Amino acid sequence: MSERLRAWLAEDPFRFPRALFTIASWLVLLSVLFPYWSLTLMAPQYPGGLRVAVYVTHLSGDVTEVDNLNHYVGMKKLNQAAQVEKFLAPLAIGAAALLASTLAYTRRRWAAVLALPAMLFPAIFLGDMYFWLYRYGHELDPNAPLRIPPFTPPVFGVGTVGQFKTVAELQAGFWLAVAAALLVALGLHYRRVIRQAIEQKIPIRIGPIVISLEAQRDAD
Amino acid sequence: MKNSLTIVVLVVLSLFVVGCGGQAPKTAQTPQAGLPTEVLQIAQARGLTHDDITAALKTYVPSGKYDEYILFASGGHSGQVLVIGIPSMRLLKVIGVFTPEPWQGYGYGEKETMEVLAGGAANGKPILWGDTHHPALSETNGEYDGQFLFINDKANARLAVIDLRDFETKQILKNPNAISDHGGGFVTPNTEYVVEGPQYAVPLGWQYASLDEYREKYRGVITFWAFDRAQGRVDPARSFQIELPPYWQDLCDAGKKVSEGWVFCNSFNSEMATGGIEEGKPPFEAGTAKNEMDFLHIINWKKAEELLQNGQYETISGMRVIRLETAAQSGVLFFAPEPKSPHGVDVTPGGEYIVVGGKLDPHVTVYSFEKIQKAIAAGPTERDAYGVPILRLEDVVEAQVELGLGPLHTVYDDKGFAYTSMFLDSAVAKWTLGGPYRTDGKEPWKLVEKLPVHYNIGHIAAAEGDTVSPDGKYVVALNKWSVDRFVPVGPLHPQNFQLIDISGEKMQLLYDMPIGIGEPHYAQMIKVDKLKPFEVYPEVGWNAVKMAKDPNATEPGRERVEVRYENGRRVVEIWMTAVRSHFYPERITVKKGDHVIWHITNIERARDASHAFALGGYNIHMSLEPGETGTVEFDADQSGTFVFYCTEFCSALHLEMVGYFLVEP
Repeated sequence: MSERLRAWLAEDPFRFPRALFTIASWLVLLSVLFPYWSLTLMAPQYPGGLRVAVYVTHLSGDVTEVDNLNHYVGMKKLNQAAQVEKFLAPLAIGAAALLASTLAYTRRRWAAVLALPAMLFPAIFLGDMYFWLYRYGHELDPNAPLRIPPFTPPVFGVGTVGQFKTVAELQAGFWLAVAAALLVALGLHYRRVIRQAIEQKIPIRIGPIVISLEAQRDAD
Repeated sequence: MKNSLTIVVLVVLSLFVVGCGGQAPKTAQTPQAGLPTEVLQIAQARGLTHDDITAALKTYVPSGKYDEYILFASGGHSGQVLVIGIPSMRLLKVIGVFTPEPWQGYGYGEKETMEVLAGGAANGKPILWGDTHHPALSETNGEYDGQFLFINDKANARLAVIDLRDFETKQILKNPNAISDHGGGFVTPNTEYVVEGPQYAVPLGWQYASLDEYREKYRGVITFWAFDRAQGRVDPARSFQIELPPYWQDLCDAGKKVSEGWVFCNSFNSEMATGGIEEGKPPFEAGTAKNEMDFLHIINWKKAEELLQNGQYETISGMRVIRLETAAQSGVLFFAPEPKSPHGVDVTPGGEYIVVGGKLDPHVTVYSFEKIQKAIAAGPTERDAYGVPILRLEDVVEAQVELGLGPLHTVYDDKGFAYTSMFLDSAVAKWTLGGPYRTDGKEPWKLVEKLPVHYNIGHIAAAEGDTVSPDGKYVVALNKWSVDRFVPVGPLHPQNFQLIDISGEKMQLLYDMPIGIGEPHYAQMIKVDKLKPFEVYPEVGWNAVKMAKDPNATEPGRERVEVRYENGRRVVEIWMTAVRSHFYPERITVKKGDHVIWHITNIERARDASHAFALGGYNIHMSLEPGETGTVEFDADQSGTFVFYCTEFCSALHLEMVGYFLVEP
């Protein structure tokens, strides 16, 4: 198997980073179907808890009930948050995937910038999440039945609001996006390794696989 | 010839014993060793026997755990249905049926529920109670399917339909040709019909007739209410009735499996007694018990359907009626003698046998459906005064099983045993069925065991015990008297439901449940996993009577108040939402004399987040379950300052869930 893989890579070593870029673009596309983040609220009268799942395009779960509860402290309705982001997210993810797969078909050095959207997407998501959590915790209606000091709900980890224990967690969609970012980074790394090896006319090392100069020449 | 005198003496004696508060036999058992010391200490301190401890363990359902069965019990005079968990015997719900029920907002101004109750009016006269008797779960292939429940009101000859998606009453029907009923509701094996058997004979179609014309003009009438499962409603247009002699038909049961297509009813006044104790005539209690035999009615409803298709019916009070003469001559109606004044008539799970409780006769009489068919095929030689063919008892009887005094109703288990309630003996009699049910080598048609119950048992219910596949496990004795079983609460004593474990070789009494709202008659017990009720209504704006989206449902942001004139009169229509912890809007101002139409939508989606709406001074109350839209309609006929508020403690700010209703003079 590894021999066949070696022979396949010897034919064209760039097949390896190309495969990574392609997988990464599929993973980032796939992530749209999964929640990125979730908030679970535990309280005695909600056996099993209330759960809101955040997708890059929408929210799901007990949104109505959480809104009902949030109105007591004057918090805005969850679905009003990040409307621009939710609208743009499919476009952004599509673009990131497209750019990442374009990388697979160019060996130009400058093309590395095409990797940026896919690599930065998870971080941008987290930053935006924090921004909205901050806003929701600080822009409370002063005329609400209950007044509480402004706060920022944690992006991850455990918190407490009223009788609720809150658990914020990153979910499958986010981890898919992270995996995609890592694969893109790895692709860039190997693209460079392969290019340098060819320039310096030394054997190419891709993990345990070593492709000798002879093999490269035979393949040529 | 039975010795009637002996029976009467025994009846009197047993009533005397019960009336004098006969003590239950004390068991000498003490808790056994082998139990944890702590348990023994508790048992000792509370004076519990070994049997008490096992009974407690068999019935205790810890917090958060569910019961295995649900018992739907008639609420008797309350006109309601009780929903009880088995084995815990915890009361889960009281379903308002024939009587307004304030908590559920059933009949206190909510328009749709008012219309359901109005469906039960008799010739336009509102009737706001019921003598609920026999609940009947809908069936598919003779098995409970958990979709609908029916129950009759004996006092006014009515039938109600309850949808088990939300455990609420959807329809009440007044029988147009009967003044009272008893043999209902019972369903045919696929709920094609809900059968409502009659009780006291009257002239058909709400007519007056002197009692001197009893034989000529008084009649029984059995009703086959056609059930439209998709609509969840009885369709009166497809329903029909069969006219019967004025013999006071009593209980009925539908044939199943081999006897599918037939219905069996018993009767107890083939004497056609008309009373008159005040004129020195025999009172009903004696007059109806004069003959040694009454008549088991054997009705072929598939044949009746054919007659209907051929147009062999008359329409009386808007109902298609197959006349007695037609039924007697066309193979729809047959009689078989049954020992005098019997009570229950219960078909065995496979439909092979029909068991009739003797009541005043110490036997249950078991009829064979196969023999009945043979006797019909052979051609009956005798007919009654109305021309109804009478089969000979010896041709159709399979067995007579002597059980003791006052056998009434019979239910079945999964091991070939029958359980019969013994009113006079105050006992449950367990006895062996024969034929295909006897595979264990035990002697068929024989009394096996009698368990005392407390006291005067009427009906008996077993786990799925009247379906084609009874579960065994539990029997509930529905006792008419409790006498000394509970802490005294005044002269009107609670009824007593007793849970009995029938899973072992011997029956064991497990639990006494007092019923303090009426005298239940029958109950049916269904496995809980067959019920699939809503946790919240499926969408916001649900009309709980129509079971569909309500055209007057309101969304947040669409709340409004409109004023218009209809026939020169001001009409104020309000579309309101309710959510924790406010109504929107909170101030409603009208003028005295305005007609007010007030729609409220509970926009909650959380389980148990019910709101309610009370308008003080206007006799208005409705309950709005999550997603439900309700409407009240009334005339603002008193001016003043009124308050409406949520009566369902919904949240920490529940007291603040309030509004003002201002009626300008």
